[in-house]
Amino acid sequence: MTAARTERPAVAGAEQDGSESDVVLRLEDLVVEFPAGGGQTVHAVSGISLEVHRGETLGLVGESGCGKSTTGRAIMQLPKPTGGKVVFEGRDITKLSASELRELRPKLQMIFQDPISSLNPRRRIPDIVGDPLVVWGRGAEKEKIVPEVLSAVGLDPAQVADRRPHQFSGGQCQRVSIARALVLEPEVLICDEPVSALDVSVQAQILNLLEDMKARYGLTLVFIAHDLGVVRNISDRVAVMYLGKICELGETEALFDDPVHPYTRLLVSSIPSMETVTGADIEKADRGRGEMPSPINPPSGCRFRTRCPLADERCAAEVPEMREVRPGRYVACHHPILEPVGAAAAAEGA
Amino acid sequence: MTHARSDEGVAGGEDVLGAGVLERIPDGSDLLTAEDIVVRFHTKRGVVHAVEGVSIAIRAGEVLAVVGESGSGKTIFTRRVMGLISGGNGTEVHGTVTYDGTKLTELSGKELSKFWGAEIALILQDPMTSLNPVKRIGEQLTETIVLHKRVTKKEAQQRAVELLRSVGLSEPERRVRQYPHELSGGMRQRVTIAIALSCNPRLLLADEPTTALDVTVQAQILDLLADLQSRLRMAMLLVTHDLRVVRSRSDRIAVMYAGRIVETAPTPELFAEPKMPYTEALMNAVPPIAGPNHIRLQVIPGRPPDLVNPPTGCKFSPRCPYAQEKCLTEEPPLREAGSADHQYRCWYPVGSEEGLKAKARNVERGRSAAGTP
Repeated sequence: MTAARTERPAVAGAEQDGSESDVVLRLEDLVVEFPAGGGQTVHAVSGISLEVHRGETLGLVGESGCGKSTTGRAIMQLPKPTGGKVVFEGRDITKLSASELRELRPKLQMIFQDPISSLNPRRRIPDIVGDPLVVWGRGAEKEKIVPEVLSAVGLDPAQVADRRPHQFSGGQCQRVSIARALVLEPEVLICDEPVSALDVSVQAQILNLLEDMKARYGLTLVFIAHDLGVVRNISDRVAVMYLGKICELGETEALFDDPVHPYTRLLVSSIPSMETVTGADIEKADRGRGEMPSPINPPSGCRFRTRCPLADERCAAEVPEMREVRPGRYVACHHPILEPVGAAAAAEGA
Repeated sequence: MTHARSDEGVAGGEDVLGAGVLERIPDGSDLLTAEDIVVRFHTKRGVVHAVEGVSIAIRAGEVLAVVGESGSGKTIFTRRVMGLISGGNGTEVHGTVTYDGTKLTELSGKELSKFWGAEIALILQDPMTSLNPVKRIGEQLTETIVLHKRVTKKEAQQRAVELLRSVGLSEPERRVRQYPHELSGGMRQRVTIAIALSCNPRLLLADEPTTALDVTVQAQILDLLADLQSRLRMAMLLVTHDLRVVRSRSDRIAVMYAGRIVETAPTPELFAEPKMPYTEALMNAVPPIAGPNHIRLQVIPGRPPDLVNPPTGCKFSPRCPYAQEKCLTEEPPLREAGSADHQYRCWYPVGSEEGLKAKARNVERGRSAAGTP
């Protein structure tokens, strides 16, 4: 593991120093708030900044209510964020007019969690997939492009020609959604929990399909999910969110093998493991009783402090800033766990 | 910490949980047996074969996990065991459920209700819809206690507070006066567990108890269930779609597919030596949480069968990499692998000579007998 870690910083560093053109999407201090009635405000996303490099898959994980889906939608300007910038290919798209934004839409596409309700039940599959082309005045190319895309996502164009969404299973509908998102050849595809409504056996098919499509169409993926196993497998880098903020960001394997933020640790230790041995002592890592507080009234300072075993006065007073603790690894924590996993466990035991 | 408190209760002779532990039948003997359970729904589209001939035995004090994808019949089966699905109105049921010598399937609803809560309790997936939104937590907890035990309302109230404490809910005195909407999902699931445990059942049926919860909360609830289960020597039927959840938390596993049990084995044996190709495929389809990323996942082609028109022969044959001609026409019976505890349904089991040959033959001709590449 040590060898792997000494290797990785070079790669991560190279990415970091990469020119502006390598960064296809950049969020700067993104804030999304919703009115909650009674003069209260839901602080869904509170100032997150991150960069998405061209051709990578960035995973966004966190528990429900952490703001990961809101972040995905804010990138799409659905709705526009309350504050901060979304820089796409060098332009701040939060400042664009509706028509300018429309011009950009083909390059930014999204797929959603529930594949069945995201398709119009009254329309035929080829029409659903071909619609974006018609909207962009390329209806003439429909005959050629639609069958191509359909076969790319593993559907037989002849077989689906007369079918409507209800005649398909969830997995197949998700294939249709992916085809519809890809038909305009986007730069960035935002996947909001694309496999969480699917059975394990079908989930694997869709994950493999996304990897294939990424290679074939040269996509950049922002992959939002709560299933850590899924995110770990598909992402190059992962950002862990908690209550509207990013707490840790880094290369996938390193982040999962050696989490530095206490919340990431809690999350990783909570994954039910295929590898653990039955009957053996289940490692009851400090599972931090309690749950995520309400985003209407988030804790002061560090938002994780109410559940954090390491929290002290400083965590209540001061919001931890994102800082680079290792090349390519960013953490927002006053007390990051920097020694290797084994040593930390030994120290806890003592 | 909460445990210490209830242990003090034992010393005082009045443990809120676990009273009557001594009367229980010895661990390892069958507490509940379900024989040849069949549930069919007659619909306009045809007959849905939801559960076809499932037999299981839950032994006292053990955790039996039932694993399957959606539509495998695992929930319908659990409900039938509980007696929540009965015949009539287009529903056809067969088979018997015996609980500690009593045939539950022959009882009327009224007689059956004496078992609900007192002997057999149920936890459902969605903690929001399984609680009554217009009743306080305390009322919902005491309801079962007052019904089954001869206690005053005040005693029941005290017991409710104790129960909430024992499932790890903070400030139980305040919680009993709250309504379900004031609690988070994890807290609500703790309340449903407290309700289920309120009369010291000997058998707990947990149908996807953590599916609606976040991963950190899921770990907490599973720890809690495992802890209570072993402390109270209660048998548990844990129904889930996630093999990872049951890996370290069950004694035996039954894998269901298309309304049938396709493999059942002690947990370590199932993971070490799966015999049924579906079990193997299910394990490989889950993204690993160790090792490198961007691993190409092994997929199970196709999707679960339509239970109105299930395939003839082995129900998994259309998706199976081992499938041969025989699989398409003849349904394999449950066979024993070594011991009576490990049974599977397959003509060409994983790891056997026939299995290897069958797979090699399919690789050679580039497709399985069902035509799947």
